Amino acid sequence: MPLPPLPESAIVLGAHADDWRAAVRLAGSALAASGAAKPAYADEMIRMIEEHGPYVVIAPGLALAHARPGPAVLADGLAVVTLAEPVSFGHPHNDPVSVVIGLAIERSDVHLASVAELANVFNDSSAIPALRDAKSIDEVIAIFGNTRNLGEQQ
Amino acid sequence: MKIVTICGAGIGSSGILKVNAERVLKRLDILAEVTAADITTVAWAAEDAQVILTSAEFVEAIGKTYADVIVIDNFFDTDELTRKLRATLG
Repeated sequence: MPLPPLPESAIVLGAHADDWRAAVRLAGSALAASGAAKPAYADEMIRMIEEHGPYVVIAPGLALAHARPGPAVLADGLAVVTLAEPVSFGHPHNDPVSVVIGLAIERSDVHLASVAELANVFNDSSAIPALRDAKSIDEVIAIFGNTRNLGEQQ
Repeated sequence: MKIVTICGAGIGSSGILKVNAERVLKRLDILAEVTAADITTVAWAAEDAQVILTSAEFVEAIGKTYADVIVIDNFFDTDELTRKLRATLG
């Protein structure tokens, strides 16, 4: 199963965020810009972290911001936000964060396999530094493989 | 053997942990069923699990369990997963 779509409209490079909430909000805006989620999804992603802690920082420098499937999700989608200055999420091992991936998923039972495809991208330990340093949208798309094309076919 | 991966929503990090755990277990030649679940269903999902894989934030919420709880720092580091699974499963 392919990755959730990552359209160009959901990629923001070198953004400025004052704190982790602002960083997650940027990912929410990117998901809204691509039509994957309603603006309210950003609040849900922030609430997940307020409720459960900074567990979304699942690797050094990378946060996988997401909330549960629900009415704020319009379609499966990914967003990528890179930060000009990294922010701290309060994670014991993986701070500071320079790359925030936003993830919106319509139905968890069906789409777990496509989320798991993220492992194929990021098990390559060079992927996070390469994303952090990416200067163009094409570089980001290349790191994610053919996600954009696969997304457009759906 | 049954292994459960736990995260907040049950859709993101636990799914990644599941697929990477399956890869490592295959490499270690260990037969196991790996299920992704969220913290609200952990009591049910992990009832008969031998191992729970999760991040540090959920250890307290998982509470009392017969399973071995393994905390993973980097979900994409299959070496870390291999080392910790091997240490727990012998």
